Amino acid sequence: MNIVACVKRVPSTEAVAKPTADGKGLDAADFQYMISFYDEIAVEQAVQTKEAVGAGEVTVLTLGPANGTKEIRECLAKGGDKAVVLTDDNWQSRDARSTAKALVAQLSTMDADLVFMGRVATDRDNAAVGPMVATYLGWPCVSDVIGLEVGDGKGTAKVETEAGVETVEFSLPAVVTCQKGLNEPRYAGLKGIMAAKKKPLEEVAPEAVENQSEVVEVALPPARKEGRIVGEGAAAVPALIEALQNEAKVL
Amino acid sequence: MDAYKQLDFFELDDQYSEDELMVRDAVKGWVGERFLPGVMDHFEAGTFPMDLVPELAELGVFGPTTPEEYGGAGMNSVAYGLICQELERGDSGLRSFCSVQGSLVMWPINEYGSEEQKREYLPKLASGEMIGSFGLTEPDFGSNPGGMLTTARKEGDEYVLNGRKMWITNGSISQIAIVWAKLEGRVRGFIVPTDLPGFSAPDHNHKWSLRASITSELVLEEVRVPETAILPGVDGLRGPLSCLTQARFGIAWGALGAAHACFDETLNYQKERIVFDKPVAAYQIPQQKFANMATDITCGQMLALRLGRLKDEGRFTAPQVSMAKRNNVMMALETARTCRDMLGANGVTLEYGVGRHMLNLESVVTYEGTHDIHTLAIGAEVTGIMAYR
Repeated sequence: MNIVACVKRVPSTEAVAKPTADGKGLDAADFQYMISFYDEIAVEQAVQTKEAVGAGEVTVLTLGPANGTKEIRECLAKGGDKAVVLTDDNWQSRDARSTAKALVAQLSTMDADLVFMGRVATDRDNAAVGPMVATYLGWPCVSDVIGLEVGDGKGTAKVETEAGVETVEFSLPAVVTCQKGLNEPRYAGLKGIMAAKKKPLEEVAPEAVENQSEVVEVALPPARKEGRIVGEGAAAVPALIEALQNEAKVL
Repeated sequence: MDAYKQLDFFELDDQYSEDELMVRDAVKGWVGERFLPGVMDHFEAGTFPMDLVPELAELGVFGPTTPEEYGGAGMNSVAYGLICQELERGDSGLRSFCSVQGSLVMWPINEYGSEEQKREYLPKLASGEMIGSFGLTEPDFGSNPGGMLTTARKEGDEYVLNGRKMWITNGSISQIAIVWAKLEGRVRGFIVPTDLPGFSAPDHNHKWSLRASITSELVLEEVRVPETAILPGVDGLRGPLSCLTQARFGIAWGALGAAHACFDETLNYQKERIVFDKPVAAYQIPQQKFANMATDITCGQMLALRLGRLKDEGRFTAPQVSMAKRNNVMMALETARTCRDMLGANGVTLEYGVGRHMLNLESVVTYEGTHDIHTLAIGAEVTGIMAYR
């Protein structure tokens, strides 16, 4: 089975957001990167699916900078067999559609049976690329998956919805976006890291696709207003109720 | 609690290879998610989290520099150093566990063992299926191991061992012990299965340091091992001392991890704790302490990195290891003491890691060559005159 896990590098959790001088992006100078949390689940599911089927290959696919291979090598250390990096210096300013177009162009050459992605990238929070890729490819898209079985040309997924858990059957090839709970991603063991050095990593220059949407301004959330103590003990209750009704307007 | 941020004042991350950083980050992540949540309870209970041993093995931290054909990962020494650093960010007891398994048990078997010994023991030690311990120190012989009283004598096709070893990490939970004993007056190493008649390992209880680590005595009374149990490749005190050089290399890195942990926790605390309307960190006395600690940690990082590169080039020396161990461990201990103070009353609780690190480091500054002995080793190298006899 030919499996692809699509991943994105995102700023690590300790990164501090600071707008650039032109106000149109974030200053990336001090950023460390990691694979987006849900994409790690996608890699793990790809590897587990290959192990369950007993044959096949897992390709890790990303769109990113040419020198940002450490995070991609980590995916190979965790069981991916090879990697394809669609290199673009402006990877961070691409909109969801132009990212999806680039992935689709590459996926069309790969003869994949299953494409796994995280349900959302933890930086932009769009949750758009997975469904877009499936739509452009004309494949089933099963999103927010928390359980999966794959057999003979089809899959059965458990999907989290607001109403509860749905069980969905779909045909292959398909795009599956992974929700927390689907699996527990493994750590990159030392042997995996050593083995990853020998695995192929191919860089491909994708065709340019114009953005349809542009970020024109990035602003930090407004600082929280300072609190106010209305009084102490039971005597303060009337003043508190007054404030909740007329100032905060929550009662 | 803020996410752990490791001080890198001189941008040393640039100096590591991609796979060295991957190894570091893998162990860092594991320690944060799997080890740290439970360490306070283990420290209080005086237990090691044995349930995590298979995960440590899966991660590959047991003897990572051992060749792949014997179950290791074939890593370089800098990667091993970074592993020690991240393990000791968790607890000195965790790093000690792996130092013993890797540097003191797997390393001598790989270096001085027969082909049969390597094939029999190394894969099991790498997979954590077998735990090892290292018996050199005795009740009356610590800094002067050459005076050891433990003996081996040949009887037919067996060696018979008698003696007592003290302060043995993992002693009572090990399946094999590397025991150093005098055979016809010469120090030799033996691989001793711990289930043999005459072998016992009572624990040292009631210690207030390295509590999340098992420390035992090894008692050998007429313990009979086959003649294949002797390490054939080394004869004399050079054997155990070369093992200690390996382990001390890891300690020089490990101590950095403990210092990083204390520094990071204290910095977060002091930036958030408000005293007289501003954070404690905004006052000049704390800032001086942070400046000193950041400088000391940075110097320690550079010492360890250079030592690691020299080791990988095959040209590091024992006095260099002495300098790095001595400097970095004392630096970490002083950092921990300063941080303990800077946490105020919280510093004496186990809710914060600083007090635990401070207590642990009192052992680390004592074992694997005391601070004073390393002082004399450096002194001997510099002056050409040995002062410790």
